[in-house]
Parts: sequence; C-alpha cells; structure tokens
Amino acid sequence: MLALLLFLPLCSGVAMLLFKNATVYRGLLLLTALAHLALSAWTAQAVQAGQAPQAFGGLLAPDPLGALFLVLASLLNVAASFYAIGYLRDEENKQERIDIQNGQPFTNAPERRFTACLCLFLSAMTLVTTTPHLGALWVGIEITTLSSAPLIYFHRHQASLEATWKYLMICSVGIALALLGNILLSVAFYGIGTDLPESFDQMKVFLAKASLLSQDSPHAPWLKAAFVFILVGYGTKMGLAPLHNWLPDAHSQAPSLISAMLSGALLNCAFLGILRGHQILLAAHLGDFSSTLLVFFGLFSMITAAVFIVGQGHYKRLLAYSSVEHMGILALGVGIGGIAVFGALLHAVCHSLTKSMLFLLAGNILTRYHTFSSYDVRGMRWTMPTTAALWTAGFLGIVGSPPFSLFVSEFTILKGIFENSSPAVAAIYLLALAVIFVGMSIPVLRMVQGTRPRDMPQTLPESPFSVLPPLGLGLLALCLGIYVPAWLSAFLARGAMLIGG
Amino acid sequence: MSALFQFLLILLMLNNLALAGVSRLRTLIRQVSVQGVLLALLLMLPGAQQFNFEHLLLAIAVLLIKGIGFPILLRRTLGKISGDPQVEPWLSCGLSVLACMAGLAFSLWFEGRLPIQPGLFPSLLLPAALMTLFCGLILVVGRRKALSQVIGYLIAENGIFLLGIPLMSEETVWFELTILLDVFVAVFVMGIAINHISKTFESIDVGRFCSLRD
Repeated sequence: MLALLLFLPLCSGVAMLLFKNATVYRGLLLLTALAHLALSAWTAQAVQAGQAPQAFGGLLAPDPLGALFLVLASLLNVAASFYAIGYLRDEENKQERIDIQNGQPFTNAPERRFTACLCLFLSAMTLVTTTPHLGALWVGIEITTLSSAPLIYFHRHQASLEATWKYLMICSVGIALALLGNILLSVAFYGIGTDLPESFDQMKVFLAKASLLSQDSPHAPWLKAAFVFILVGYGTKMGLAPLHNWLPDAHSQAPSLISAMLSGALLNCAFLGILRGHQILLAAHLGDFSSTLLVFFGLFSMITAAVFIVGQGHYKRLLAYSSVEHMGILALGVGIGGIAVFGALLHAVCHSLTKSMLFLLAGNILTRYHTFSSYDVRGMRWTMPTTAALWTAGFLGIVGSPPFSLFVSEFTILKGIFENSSPAVAAIYLLALAVIFVGMSIPVLRMVQGTRPRDMPQTLPESPFSVLPPLGLGLLALCLGIYVPAWLSAFLARGAMLIGG
Repeated sequence: MSALFQFLLILLMLNNLALAGVSRLRTLIRQVSVQGVLLALLLMLPGAQQFNFEHLLLAIAVLLIKGIGFPILLRRTLGKISGDPQVEPWLSCGLSVLACMAGLAFSLWFEGRLPIQPGLFPSLLLPAALMTLFCGLILVVGRRKALSQVIGYLIAENGIFLLGIPLMSEETVWFELTILLDVFVAVFVMGIAINHISKTFESIDVGRFCSLRD
C-alpha cells in the first residue's frame, strides 16, 4: 500500500504527459488526488493503530510526525486539484493574457505538463513524509524543488521567471547545505555503536547512537554543526527569516493553487527535515542547543514578518509574509518544548488549512480584479460575495481570532511559553501577533468594503470549483477551533512525544 | 598511493583558485570538468575508503556525470545564448581568488580545532572540501550571469560530495548515485530556466531581476 502511495502520483504524472485530451488529464488529476488521500488516511490509521506499515525494506516507514504531514499534504492536494479543474478551464478559455506588472502579453506552459508536475510534486512530498532515511528525505525535498519550479513558471512572463530562478537557486543551495548537515551527522556518529545494524531506518539507528553520547562527548561539536547546517538548509526551504527571500516572490508569482500547495504542504515538509535533526539532538542530550536556535529563528521570523506585513500593498505577498510568520511560530513552539510542541503540531495543521484557503481565494480575487494591489481591489462584498465572506473569515482565522483553530494552537503555545520560557519571549510573541493582526486587517477589510470600481463588469456568478475548496478548508479550520477530535489529539500527542512534547 | 591522493587534493585546491579567477564562461566550464575528473580519480584511489566494486561504479558515474555530462549540458546552454560569454563579476576575479584563499586558511584553522576521529579523514581532505564549498558559494553570490551561478552550485555540491567520500560504505553508494542523478536533473532544469531567461530578458544577467521587491 505504501509503495502504491508513492507510485500512484508518479505513474499518473507520467501518464498525463502521454494524453492530449484535457478532460482525461484533468480527471486523472482529481482521481489521483482522491485515491492518494484515501491511501494516506489508511496509512495514518495504520500508524495510529501501531501497525508500523513498511515498504521497500523499511525505506518507507512513516511515524506519527510523517503521517501527519502526509495526510495534510494529501488533503490540500485534493482541494488544489478540484480548484485546478475550474482554473485550467478558465485559463484555456482566455482570449488574451496580459502581464499585470508590465502590460506585456504572455503565454502559459502546456497544461498537461502543469498537471504532471503537480503529481510529481505530490509523489516527492510522499517520499519526504514517509521515509525514516535522512538521505532519502533530502532527495525527496530536492525533487519537490525541481518539480515545483515549472509550476511557479506556469504563466511565462518576466516576473514569474525571476521568481522561479530565485526559488531554484536559493532553495538548491540551501538544500545542498542540508546535505552537508547529513554528512556531518554521519561524521558525528562515526565509530559509535558499531554493533548496531545498518538499515534503511536511519532515524532509529541515529537515535540509538545519539543516546550513547554524553553532553561533553567529543562528538557533540559535530552534532551541533550538523544541526546548524540542517536548520539553515531546510530553514531556507521552510522560509525562516532571514533565509526567506525566495518565499514572497515565488508565492506571489505562482498560480494561486500552487501558492496554496507551497505554503500549506511544502513548507511543512521542509519543517519535517528540521524536526528530524531536532529529534536526534534531543536524543543526544543536546536539546538545549537546538531548542535555543529554534526559538531564536522563530522569533526572528515573526518580527521580520510583522515588519513586512505592515503597509504591504500586494495581497499575495501579504499572505506569503504571513507564512513566514507562521513558520516562525512552528519553530518557536517546537523550540519551547512541553505543551507548546503539541500546540505547534496543531498549529501546523490549522495553518495549512487556513493559509491554503486564503491563497485559493486570492486566486479568485486576482482573476476578477486583475491586480495584485490591495488598494485597487474594492467592494468585494458586491462583486464576489461568497469569496468576500470567505476572505474575511479566512483573515480572522489566520490572525488567530476565536473561534478559529489557530486561536487554540497559538494559545497552547503561549501557555507553553509561560510554563517553559521567559516572559520576554512571551512579550515578543504577543507583540508580533498584535502587530500582524492590525497590519493584515487594514488591507483585507479595505478590499472587502467600499464601492466596486465603475469599470468592473456586472456581477458574475462564482464557479463552484473556485469557492467549494476554500469553503471546505475553512469549515475544517473552524471545526478544529471548536472541537479537536480525540483521535487527532492522540495522534498529535504521539507526534509531539517524538520531539520533546 | 597516499602521496598521489594528497597531490590530487592539492590540484583540486589550485583548480578552485582557477575557478574563482577565470573571467570567461567557456574556461569556467572547462575548469568544472577538470574538477569532476579530479573527484572521480580521488574516488578510485584507496586513500580515503575501502575500495570495492560499488566505489568503482560510483567513480565511473562521477566521471560520466561531473566530468563529461555537466560540461556538455552547460556548453549546450551557453551555445544557445547570444551575447558575450563573460562571467561579469559583482565581486572582482582578484577579490574572489583572495576570498577563496581566505576560505582555505579558515578551513585549515578549523580542521585544527575540530575533534576529528582518527582514521576518518585523510589529511587535507577536510580543508579541500570546505574550500571547494566556499569557492562554489563565492561564485553563486559573486557573479551576475545565471550560468556562473549554476556552476557555483555545482562546485559547492562537489565540495560536499568530497567530504562524504571517507564515509561511503557499500550501502551508501546507492544513495550517492541517487544524489548524483538528482543534481544532474537540477542542472538540467536550471539549464532550461536559463534558456527561458535568455529569451525573455535577452540576457542571462541576473542583475536585471528587479521587478519583485517590497
């Protein structure tokens, strides 16, 4: 089953390149997404039941952390694929395409290449989330970069090409540093526990070796260096400040459903790479070192995001900086430890749902208004009432207002900070959240309110493909705010236990 | 054999200095090819690891991909680009060489400070690997042409690969091959992107990338 989980999107991606009929590959995209979600749910259920599913001699063997991110990626992929059907149909019917920034005409990349890359992207994320082998995890994350670069460059104009190039270069070099971190881990464990059998379950072997080390062992500096490189490498891909430069560019230029996948699923995968490093340092009694670094990068990301969100006129960049903020919160929560780790995992789930919803809605707004500027979007409640209502709800969700689920997770992290850390950290955390609340509310509410532009065409009905996926994601985020099911709580708690929760 | 291994490492360091100092893209590609061949030779010598069939296979793959494949790919990309094939540095070539030498000095100092398990790294391997990494990063941030950034990425990856050589066992060789293939695909995708950049911007100068900012 696990092998099928990996190969299903891979094979359907390759098959899409062979078909010329748009209906076939759009249908195949949705079917693949649904089948992948069913298989992911089955995998998560098996992990939850303690069955330890395996494939390829242990190369794929998800743990609760991996299974959590797998189901999230798969769920968002279903929403994005459903949205993609309407989006690609509209793109096909467009008479002319004009670059918003410089007014030049542009073309789109072939549609089947787009859907095929989306499937390969899903397959790479499946590998990342299911493997306990750090080398395979690295390969998976590199493949996510390579398969998503053509997705960002779907609209072939100057700005998207610039964003794609920055994404490719910055992430490739960043991930290369993570590979150096992997090698340093092997150097650190050289000559330790030589009686332990080598296996694909590298995490198990590394954790066993790490537990044999003491804090002042001569291997400790190598482990610390390895974690620094893993943090910097995967942190670049995750968008932690000050390594986040590619993120606002790529998220703003990619088609919105791709921004939703990048923000909701890919950033989590990179975070998983950091969590693996943290797991090893915790086992080696060096948790203080990695936690301090995570708290520092977490707070720095939140402050950076707050600075760039205030006065941000570009609404997709606004959402991208909000992702930097939330990645900061995740790093902070895990760094704090205790109950905040549970909060951070819940936060990852809620952020993915809410942010993907907002990016899909941003796509609807962009299609209707043809502008990135929040100053030029007015009167959304008249021109596109459903999107406007969801946009407002999504805004309330993403800034952590009750009853949305991010309130619960952010509050849990705050409790963790009060229990395990200093009041100064809590003060910075709350201050950044408050600034971001105000900074986001101004453009978002301005877009919804006001009178519609005079040259705006008569109100058109909104397609179910464009509003149902964000509505579904929004409802899930709302439900999790009111009630976290016991099975999800237990699952998150098991994941949190692996990383010091 | 050990003396030959050391000699190759010193050649690699000189090759890094040359990479940092050349101003023509064609020469840069030729030097990267030399680096690929040096890496393959280092793999074939029993200076750093137990020699076996898997290592021979990996050495051949490195020779084919890093020594021959990448240069062909890069030269093809260069052939499709119009204009003067100079690297156009942000950081001048002389300064780049100096920075590379500073990187070497730092690596030697760093090696002396790290508690290295005896028998793991042959002498000079760690400084050579770190210097190669620095050299690659200098090319990534110090050059204006997109193609020289890709070459910088390749050199940085070469440095990391070199550091991994002493740790390779029979089991890990397959992963090294996968990583090699991955990097090959990465360079291929970057090559395609450079073609698009060349057509869209009528240059591969990344200094023209200025439309996306806050």
